Amino acid sequence: MSVQDLLAGNRLALARTLSEIENESPEGKRALNELFPHTGQARLIGVTGAPGTGKSTLVNHLAYLYRHPLQGHPPGDVEPQSVGIVAVDPSSPFSGGAVLGDRVRMRDLAGDAGVFVRSMASRGSLGGLARATWGLVQALDAAGYDIVIVETVGAGQAEVDIARLAHTTVVIEAPGLGDDIQAIKAGILEIADILVVNKADRPGAENTARALRGMLELAAPGKRFLQNHAQVMPLPLPPGILATEDNAWEAPIVQTIATTGTGIPLLAEEITRHQAYLQTSGDLIHKEKIRLKTEMDDLLERALVSRWRESITIETYQTMLDKLVERKISPQQAVQILIDGENL
Amino acid sequence: MSTPQTKIRVLIAKPGLDGHDRGAKVVARALRDAGMEVIYTGLRQTPEMIAEAALQEDVDVVGLSILSGAHMALAPRVLELLEANGQEDVKVFLGGIIPDEDIPQLQKLGVSGIYGPGTSTLDIVKDIRKIVQ
Ligand code: B12
Ligand SMILES: Nc1nc2c(ncn2[C@@H]2O[C@H](COP(=O)(O)OP(=O)(O)OP(=O)(O)O)[C@@H](O)[C@H]2O)c(=O)[nH]1
Ligand SMILES: [Mg+2]
Repeated sequence: MSVQDLLAGNRLALARTLSEIENESPEGKRALNELFPHTGQARLIGVTGAPGTGKSTLVNHLAYLYRHPLQGHPPGDVEPQSVGIVAVDPSSPFSGGAVLGDRVRMRDLAGDAGVFVRSMASRGSLGGLARATWGLVQALDAAGYDIVIVETVGAGQAEVDIARLAHTTVVIEAPGLGDDIQAIKAGILEIADILVVNKADRPGAENTARALRGMLELAAPGKRFLQNHAQVMPLPLPPGILATEDNAWEAPIVQTIATTGTGIPLLAEEITRHQAYLQTSGDLIHKEKIRLKTEMDDLLERALVSRWRESITIETYQTMLDKLVERKISPQQAVQILIDGENL
Repeated sequence: MSTPQTKIRVLIAKPGLDGHDRGAKVVARALRDAGMEVIYTGLRQTPEMIAEAALQEDVDVVGLSILSGAHMALAPRVLELLEANGQEDVKVFLGGIIPDEDIPQLQKLGVSGIYGPGTSTLDIVKDIRKIVQ
């Protein structure tokens, strides 16, 4: 099994390469290097939101729609698109193990060779993704999947990592998560390209949508969206205010019922619209640069830390820790001595 | 000072129309608590769905939980499909209501371990660790 098999469409080769990447093995690193020239083709969609808001259920329907496009929905996507999915669930901080349950909601995708679903545990990483998520996405991209969807850990906080990884970030809210405004954590507006109020069949969906709309207006005065029967319509801007290039995209709010698929075609349309916007505005190039910079910085940081770890012995580290506990040196001094490699 | 990241990956599946899912969930949680990564598929999986998930997830072990009596049809089919997909190295474990007289036949077909009601999950963990290492 090799990278060549993966590129030729061998699913077992892909699955095994994903494991090597996830385990950060030398084979995995080599594969990533060989695959990188083949990346950059897929459209990357991130789906994030608090636990239980319906992320997996929505991903199931969205991917199904890309596989079985409706006439005219989403515009321009008349051909079925192949879809790779990476679903991240939390690892137990106690045992390091995990129960990965996102697949339970993705039954409609079974038996379709145009879909590849991979579950991964966060393995101690914070921020909604695992360390190796970027690598898995690259492998699926190189394997030729037209669309790669990443479902983050349900954390309820704004997950900045996903916004850096994905071209389009979809943030899911649902009614009934306690106080409507409380449930909407600060920072979400900054990362959301599209806001979804899922579980629109539940009471309170209107309130949640209204609360979100209010926050959007606060964040971007003068730009307003009117939402009506799950339709998103921009209101004309007040006279004298021009739409400028840097405020041209405003996150629409889409109401969905992920269990039945209601609203998913509209969501797909908004995703298409956002990706067209990225192209025409030039934001895509900008985003791509930030994406790659983030990845390089992360790798650089990791490589420096691990090189440093290899350079010192556990005894040196332990001695320093002991001195620290005895308050003979301060944490600052300890770090200084450890990285300068001064003798103890 | 380095951190190896390899984990035992296990798919826990409920094939057929059997709705008894307590055992599957108990075993899934026990394996998680033992540090394994468990992919849970949910109810009503066909052998084809199970083999496909095992492939995409590149698991070391497939665990089937069957309390409906349909194990003689379902378990061999899963083994067959795993082999057809090039995953003959994946170990298959089986739990649930399995009459003693069926055990030799299932073992002959390649089922690595068979567990009935009241099995200690610690024994399951120990057996999986032993066979995967
Ligand atoms: C609770 C129960 C139910 C509950 C299920 C609730 C649920 N969500 O799981 C309810 C009331 C819904 C139910 C319904 C039925 N049940 Co019922 N049920 C039981 C009962 C009493 C206990 C099962 C249980 O949960 N045990 C607790 C768990 C933890 O144990 P376990 O599943 O055995 O798992 C252990 C091991 O088997 C093993 N294991 C299990 N799975 C796996 C997987 C792997 C990978 C590994 C390694 C190990 C492993 O490890 C576990 C830990 O020790 C059993 C009788 C019995 N004593 O087993 C009957 C029993 C299983 N039911 C039976 C029947 C017939 C039915 C019904 C058809 C009854 C009816 N006519 O309506 C329905 C069918 C429902 C359906 N849709 O499939 C029969 C099955 C007969 C058979 N196979 O020949 C049994 C054996 C009762 C009997 N003696 O007749 N049932
Ligand atoms: N009523 C209603 N229930 C829904 C809807 N969408 C999802 N659900 C239910 O909400 C529960 C959680 O759905 P998931 O898709 O697993 O949610 P999730 O956000 O992926 O959850 P985590 O991955 O655990 O964070 C399930 O019981 C779904 O059936 C919806 O639109 N309406
Ligand atoms: Mg989920």
